[in-house]
This record gives sequence, C-alpha cells and structure tokens, in this order.
Amino acid sequence: MWKRFSSNIGAMLGVVLLLAVIAVAIFAPIIFSHTPWQMVQRPFLTPFTMDGLPLGTDTLGRDVASQLAYGARVSLLVGLVSTLVALLIGVPLGALAGFYGNWVDEGAMRFTEFFQTIPNFALAIVLVAIFEPTLASITIAIAIVSWPPVARLVRAEVMSVRKREFVDAARLAGLSRPRILLTQVLPNTVSPIIVMASLMVATAILLESSLSFLGLGDPNAMSWGYMIGAARTVIRSAWWLSFFPGIAIVLTVLALNLIGEGLNDALNPHLSRKGKA
Amino acid sequence: MSTLSIEHLSIGLPQGADRAFAVEDVSFAIEKGEILCVVGESGSGKSMTANALMGLLPPGVTVKSGRALFESRDILRLPEAEKQALRGARIAMIFQEPMTALNPLMRIGEQIAEVFAAHDRFSQQERRDKALNLVREVGLPDPEKIIRAYPFQLSGGQRQRAMIAMALALEPKLLIADEPTTALDVTTQAQILKLILDLRDRRGMAVMFITHDFGVVAEIADQVIVMREGRVVERGIAAKVLTDPQHDYTRRLLDAIPTGKLPPARAPREVPALEIKGLRKVYRTGGGFFRPVREVRAVDDVSLTVGRGEVLGLVGESGSGKSTLGRTAVRLVTPDGGQVLVGGSDLAALSEEELRKQRHKVQMVFQDPYASLNPRQRIMGALTDGPITKGVPKAQAQARAKELLEIVGLGADAASRFPHEFSGGQRQRIGIARALAMDPELIIADEAVSALDVSIQAQVLDLLRDLRERFELSILFITHDLRVAAQLCDRIAVMKKGKLVEIGTVHDIFLNPQQEYTRQLLAAVPGAGWAKAGAA
Repeated sequence: MWKRFSSNIGAMLGVVLLLAVIAVAIFAPIIFSHTPWQMVQRPFLTPFTMDGLPLGTDTLGRDVASQLAYGARVSLLVGLVSTLVALLIGVPLGALAGFYGNWVDEGAMRFTEFFQTIPNFALAIVLVAIFEPTLASITIAIAIVSWPPVARLVRAEVMSVRKREFVDAARLAGLSRPRILLTQVLPNTVSPIIVMASLMVATAILLESSLSFLGLGDPNAMSWGYMIGAARTVIRSAWWLSFFPGIAIVLTVLALNLIGEGLNDALNPHLSRKGKA
Repeated sequence: MSTLSIEHLSIGLPQGADRAFAVEDVSFAIEKGEILCVVGESGSGKSMTANALMGLLPPGVTVKSGRALFESRDILRLPEAEKQALRGARIAMIFQEPMTALNPLMRIGEQIAEVFAAHDRFSQQERRDKALNLVREVGLPDPEKIIRAYPFQLSGGQRQRAMIAMALALEPKLLIADEPTTALDVTTQAQILKLILDLRDRRGMAVMFITHDFGVVAEIADQVIVMREGRVVERGIAAKVLTDPQHDYTRRLLDAIPTGKLPPARAPREVPALEIKGLRKVYRTGGGFFRPVREVRAVDDVSLTVGRGEVLGLVGESGSGKSTLGRTAVRLVTPDGGQVLVGGSDLAALSEEELRKQRHKVQMVFQDPYASLNPRQRIMGALTDGPITKGVPKAQAQARAKELLEIVGLGADAASRFPHEFSGGQRQRIGIARALAMDPELIIADEAVSALDVSIQAQVLDLLRDLRERFELSILFITHDLRVAAQLCDRIAVMKKGKLVEIGTVHDIFLNPQQEYTRQLLAAVPGAGWAKAGAA
C-alpha cells in the first residue's frame, strides 16, 4: 500500500508541502522572536525590502511572516480536531444505521438529513455567533456541519460489507451483533473513511478561514482568514497582506487534496484481480 | 481456406504479473462451419486469446508477436476504424454474463436494431423487422412481446438468446463465445448449446467456443485445443481428445471431471442429525397502494432428514429454493413455519440469545471463497473466534485451529497469514476448517465447490470425502451440479420451485429416477451421453 502511495508523485508532493506547513507551525516560536501581535516596524513595509521581515509588515506594523506561521497553527489545529470530532459523531451513527437497519436506520438518517438541509456555512455562522467565538467553539461548529457526509458514507459501506459471507460466518460462530460490527464489519470500511477524512481536513481549513474572514474567528488567535479579512480594505495599496495568507491556504488545501487523492488510489485500487482468465 | 487462422500468437502481460506472457506461441485454425472448443482452467489465457481477436485487450496487455488471419487480413494489426467495422459485422462475440453485456435501459428490439444502425445498414422499418426475425430464429418465446421487453424482464437463458440474436444480426462468419453457458442452469445450458449447434448448421459459421467444462466440449466440439498457462498442451478432434488424451494435463482434467460413475453405496443411517419438518419460507416484495404484494414461496412445505454420518445432496436449479433451505437450516434466515430439529432442539423457534448459544451445532461452508473470509482478519482469528465465544480456552482453541489446518492440508503456519495470500481452493479449505472448528453436528455446504476450477474442485471433494470417513460428518451438500452430488452424497434430494420433488439414494436417482423433472435434469447434464459411454 505504501509502495502504491509513494509512487504517486502528486501525493508525495502533497506530503512534502504538508510536512513543511506542519514544521513551520511547530517551530514558529523558535523562528520568530516576536509574537504576531507585536509591532516591529513601520506599517505597510513592502516585502523583500528589509532583512528579518521578508514578507513585510501589515497595517499596524506587525510581521506578516510571523503571522503566517502562527496562522498555520490555528488552521491545522482547527482542521484536524474538527475532523476528528466529525468522525466521532459520523462513524458511530452511520455504522449503527447501516448495520441495524429498520427503524434505527430511519431515525439516524432523518436526523442526518435534518443537518444536511441547512446550508453548511450558514449553520456554522449561526453556531459561532450563538457561542462565544473561541477556537473551541469554532472547531465544534465546523465539526457539527461536516459530520453528515461521514455518516452517509459509513452507512453505505457498512450496508455493503454486512451482506458479505464472512459476516454470515461470524454470526454462525455465535458472535454477538455489536462484536460483529466492531471486529468484522468496521475494519473493512476504514479505507474510504481515511480518504474522506483527509479531504475533510482541507474543507475544515477553508471553513475556518471563511469564518475568520467574516470576523467570526477567535480574536485571540492569529489566522489566515483573519489576515485576509483585515487586509481587505487595503488590497489595492498593500497586495501582499492578502496575497501571502491566500497562497498559504491554497497550498495547504492543495496538499491535503493531493494526499487524499493519493490515499484513494492506494487504498482502493480499481485494478481488480478477477477477469484474468 | 480456414475462416480464421492464428499463427504463433503471443500476448504479453504488464510487468509484475505472475508470468511474462498471457498467451505464448499459440497457433490454431478454425474451418468454415466448425466448432473449435478452447478448454482451460482460469488463468490459462483462453479468454485473452479471444479478446485479442476482438481488439478488447485490457490496458497494459499487448500482442507481442504472431498473426491472426481472417479473410486473408491480419486482424491484429488493422487500424482501429477497420477493426470496428469488422467487429459485429464479420466477427461477433457473446459473453458469459448476459445481464452485464446488455444495456439495462434499452429494449431488446432496440438493442438488436442498434447493431444494424452502428454499421449503417437498412432503414428503420427494415431494422425492426430483421430484429423480430432474429428474435424468432433464436427461439425466444412470443417475439412481438420480447422485442419490447427490457433485459431485467427476461430470464438468464432468454438474455443469452437475445445476446446471440445480436451477435448474429449481421451474419458474421465467425462467432466467438466466451463461456456463454457457465452462468446458466443445466437445462437452460442444454438449450443454448443446442441453439448454437442449430445455428452453426443453418448458417455455416465458424465458432470459437471457450469453456472450462469438458462436458460442454463433449456436447458440441468438432475440434479441441487444451490450454494451460498460456500454452496449447493438446489439440485434436474432439472425440479423440476425449477418449484418448495424450497430454498428462488433459488426462488429469478429464479425470477430475465428476462423471456419472457412482461410488459404491454406503449403509443407510438411522439416527437423524437434522430433521426438517414442514419448513416454509415466503419472500414478499413490492406491494403498495395499488399493487398487490408479490409472493415467492422459496421453500414450500419441505420435510427431510439428514442422518448422522450421512451426506445428503440437495440439487436444484437457480431459484429452486435450495440455498434458502440451507440458510434456514442454520437460521441465517428465519422460516415462516415448520421445524428445524438439531440434537433435539428446534433452531427455528429459538430466541436470538438462545440461538447464539446453539449456533455451533450447525455450521456452513460458503460458496464464494473470496467473500467468506474477512480480508482484514488473520486465519487464526477466523478459526478461533467461534470456539472462544463458545467457551473453549484460547490456548486450546488455537492448538485445535493449527491441527485443523493440518487436517485440511494447509499446514499450521497458515494460521498467521491473511486470506489474500491464499488461492480460491485454499480458502475453501480454510472455510471447511472453520466449520470443523466448532465441532458441529451438521455441516451445510452451499455450492461449496461451484466457484472452483475442475482440478481444484476434485481436490476439495476428495478432502470432503476423506473428512466424512474420519469424523463421521453429517453434511447437507447443496449444489446445482448433479455430477458433483453423485461423487460425494449418499442420498440426493431434488428441489424445484420451493418444493421437494424427489428424494432417494444416489443409485435410485441416477439409475431409476421416478419424476419427470429429475429425468430432465439428468438428461441436461452436459456430456451425459459421453460419460455413460465412458462408464460402460
């Protein structure tokens, strides 16, 4: 599996990009002696004009490079944690619905549809507006709007796996139904879940950026979306203030998509072994 | 001049395949009006040869060398446009699975007419008339109605007839048939084979018939070539190859075919291991405000017993309810009425919780060796899950699992491996070991050897016979293949449309069948005449 993944140039590029972003996020306090909130120079310093401030300064004279690095922390953290929470909601719900069927399925799916009928972004805005906009509440809000597709995917996978003969064999072995679900059915649904999760992290990062752009981000955390939002009014005089965070978002999301696609090819090879008579 | 002559054909496989060539240095010729059977087991390269002729090779697989002369042109080297003109018009092909080869959203008549349209022949009205004639020629019932039907409304045999009608539309000189009867019931298979013979006589076309079944070969072949791992190992006139095979592999294949030769009868068993009394299962589908519920009586008031140490064969065509009966007997399906008595308790009446404690009494060996093992669980887990749940200490269950793997001929080290490391036949052995691990009173084998190649099938049957003697196993052996049933079973029960038609010892059923339906089944077995001649 790793062999198939590593032979995919796009996926490896994605891994390298993502590792770079992660490294920058982790080592931000070491690379930069000042926090992203500190004013270090005169405002509107253009990029590449002063040593130590390669990306220039913003409207208040803060270091853009440092802001980018700290913004990576927020983006990655929100992306990963919200995806995990979404999986924690979606996987069990989908698994139960797919495995037990009947009224469990009906109930779980109507519940899921209830969430799917409300536009994602609108619901996220409402949730963040109701709670205080903190990192935790933003993460939860993103998780709440992104679990329904997980539930549907897991349900469909479980439904197809549970009809396979080895599940019948497990029933004949006298295993209880919950145990069959956990040990026989769910392990066979991981590949598509992993693929979906990697793509969900990308979507979550975009959602977080959009929220901060609208000013609904955590006021105590520097994030890419916030940077673009703050630079919106000066986009004609100071292009770099929105350009660099924009590039950061594009590259990170691209990296995650490349990885997701690579995982998809590696985990679900369509090269069937049958029909080779 | 031959209709088709293939000279030194080699087809290369992509790198990393299990061998370099799918087909290696194969030469043969088919004369006008002749049926050539290409016989081989899966992976022998027989389908690849046909696909190469039609220009349907999968990506990565290429023709390395050789020629295929058809109408004095090398069809392997033609430009794509000319190949396309040739396909359908001069060379036609029919496939194993007619459901997937037909467009599910198009009416039968339109699909046949489309063949004419693709080659720009005739007017609309003529196309429709011709389609009707073809439908009539391939013997589909009620042609006017059939051309307006969708594929899903036809039975398997009717769909294959429709495929043949499409293939014949432009009066091809060569018909390539790739296992066209493998997915069909024996009686339907016999009809399709007869149809192909008729059409050959009437139209004088050459037929390349790919099959794995020597019984089919005996029915229709003029010439035979036997392929193994991409090479031709034997060729000749059908009658000669069947009666006097020269190559060792052909001889083994022929020996492996379950023949009508009956093993000596064993003493009847008195103590019942399984008693089924008045079993009924009805499937209800559809039903709405305006539509009545459709009822299918899958099992309709069936009673039978399997004695301790006895193998009862349950034979029937698809849809006869034999699998439902088997699944009901292990209570994977809950019956609507009747009793399933095993060791004194009625499995059909137990609650879910009690049932789980009694599960070990009846075990099942499944049909599809690729679906019946969890791909993410090691063999050891598959073999010990059940016994441990039953209360056997873990160490003891593992020791027993290793012992069983030895018994089924795999070796104890198989335990730590994953299912994908095994071939179909080996997986089926694991399935048998899994069933034995529970020390069941009865094993139900649902088409347990149907998905296997003949030589592997023979080995698994040998194993079952051996186990039957060693452990006094009671087996309900479900199969569609009378020849297989004859090899293993003490008694045979014949089912048709959910009802038990006839039950008796193997000798009674084969030599002195009481029911008309049983007689039909026996007559439809491919190569029946040849097998009888061989036995005499």
